[in-house]
Amino acid sequence: MGKRQGIEVSIAIAEAARLARVDVVSAYPITPQTHVVEHLSEFVADGDLDAAYIPVESEHSAMSACVGAAAAGARTFTSTSAQGLALMHEILFIASGLRLPIVMALANRSLSAPLSIWNDQSDVMANRDCGWVQLFAENGQESCDFTIQAFRIGEDPRISLPVIVNFDGFILSHVIEPIEMPDQAEVDRYLPPFKPLRVLDVARPITIGPVGIPDIYTEAHMAQEDALLRSLDVTKEAWKEFDKVFGRRYEPVMCHDTGDAEVVFVIAGALTESVRTVAKNLRARGEKVGVASIKLWRPFPFDDLYGAIEKARAVVVIDRAMSFGGPGGPIALEVKSMLYNRPRKPAVVEFIAGLGGRNLPFEEIEGMYAKAKKIAEGGAAAPYEIVGLRA
Amino acid sequence: MSSSAKLPGWKDYPPGMDITLPGSAVNTKTGLWRSERPEWNHKQCIKCAVCVIFCPEGCIDLRPEDQCPEADYEYCKGCGICARECFTGCIKMVMEKE
Repeated sequence: MGKRQGIEVSIAIAEAARLARVDVVSAYPITPQTHVVEHLSEFVADGDLDAAYIPVESEHSAMSACVGAAAAGARTFTSTSAQGLALMHEILFIASGLRLPIVMALANRSLSAPLSIWNDQSDVMANRDCGWVQLFAENGQESCDFTIQAFRIGEDPRISLPVIVNFDGFILSHVIEPIEMPDQAEVDRYLPPFKPLRVLDVARPITIGPVGIPDIYTEAHMAQEDALLRSLDVTKEAWKEFDKVFGRRYEPVMCHDTGDAEVVFVIAGALTESVRTVAKNLRARGEKVGVASIKLWRPFPFDDLYGAIEKARAVVVIDRAMSFGGPGGPIALEVKSMLYNRPRKPAVVEFIAGLGGRNLPFEEIEGMYAKAKKIAEGGAAAPYEIVGLRA
Repeated sequence: MSSSAKLPGWKDYPPGMDITLPGSAVNTKTGLWRSERPEWNHKQCIKCAVCVIFCPEGCIDLRPEDQCPEADYEYCKGCGICARECFTGCIKMVMEKE
């Protein structure tokens, strides 16, 4: 059994990567990810982790080095935030297209401009379609657990895909939480050594990353889509195994009080805990409210989420990113397109909140509930609302 | 496209579209792309082999019998670099006919 201890979430993630026995870490420091890579570089320098730490000159190079390392058969880890992820953008698609199971801890931060180091989820949402498995942690324990699980999910030979572990910048990255840190023997039991699908080897030459002529590109994309869709079951399996070894249960959508709820909140990330506290308070006052927290963002768990909201009369979706010129926030967009072809269609009440580190007080969350309840009782639905926006 | 229909289906390729057969690029006959072909005036040629060195396809070789350069037209794309680099101007780019 692991030991429960007070530890900064970033350090817990670095520790999780160490426990996963990573071979290569390549990263460039950026707020608020910095502590993750600082600690990993310390582990390597102090001889506590037998890995190559590649200090690169940019995130573009960090991800490129990860691609090379993973192609050579190394268990590979990186971490970044916001502009760093944006600079990696080009290589993200190459990592997934080449089916290299790199793991990235992404300390979610808002994208410039205006320059903001603070938290929202606009960085990952701008890279939504990069072909990586994408998980959302809501607290330190999940951030640590997901980092270990990400290697098992991504390296599963049935899919072989890279994985992003999203953890909200500052709200999680810089907070000290009680976390049950797994011990090495447990992690070794859960996470087998990395057996890559193929490796760069001079004795058996292959070409990784050749040109895909028009006759091949379509088939390549279908094969990649198929692998990402199949990763849903692989992730569920990895979570079941995790529960067996560590006694902590995860599902693509974690539901609280959704069974009889008339209004269900849908959210991903650290604000889930605030929403759940508010929902608990509302329940105490007799309100039929539940929370569905999205843990798996890609592949999107359509059936799991539909199961959580189909009986509700209204769904409150809280997005932490804008989709400029689009129909609303990225999560709401997914929920609405999911419901279009389903028999039951609860009203979707959309909010965009907590942009660029803006606080989301409990009263605002209660206000969202009040608006959704009115709509559930037959009020007219409105377009998305940006919470706390000054006129 | 009818030519695509004869190719393997999407499940039949290795993950990541790796090429697992070394040297398979020789199967791609890039000479089909050519609109102009290089032709040598071997009387003017000084056999310096600058064309051999500059050919981006590596498809110019010196003939064993007289060490004069010639292109393998199965792979020569007709880029014209050999003609441009030739010291004596003994290579002419000639339009391919139908």
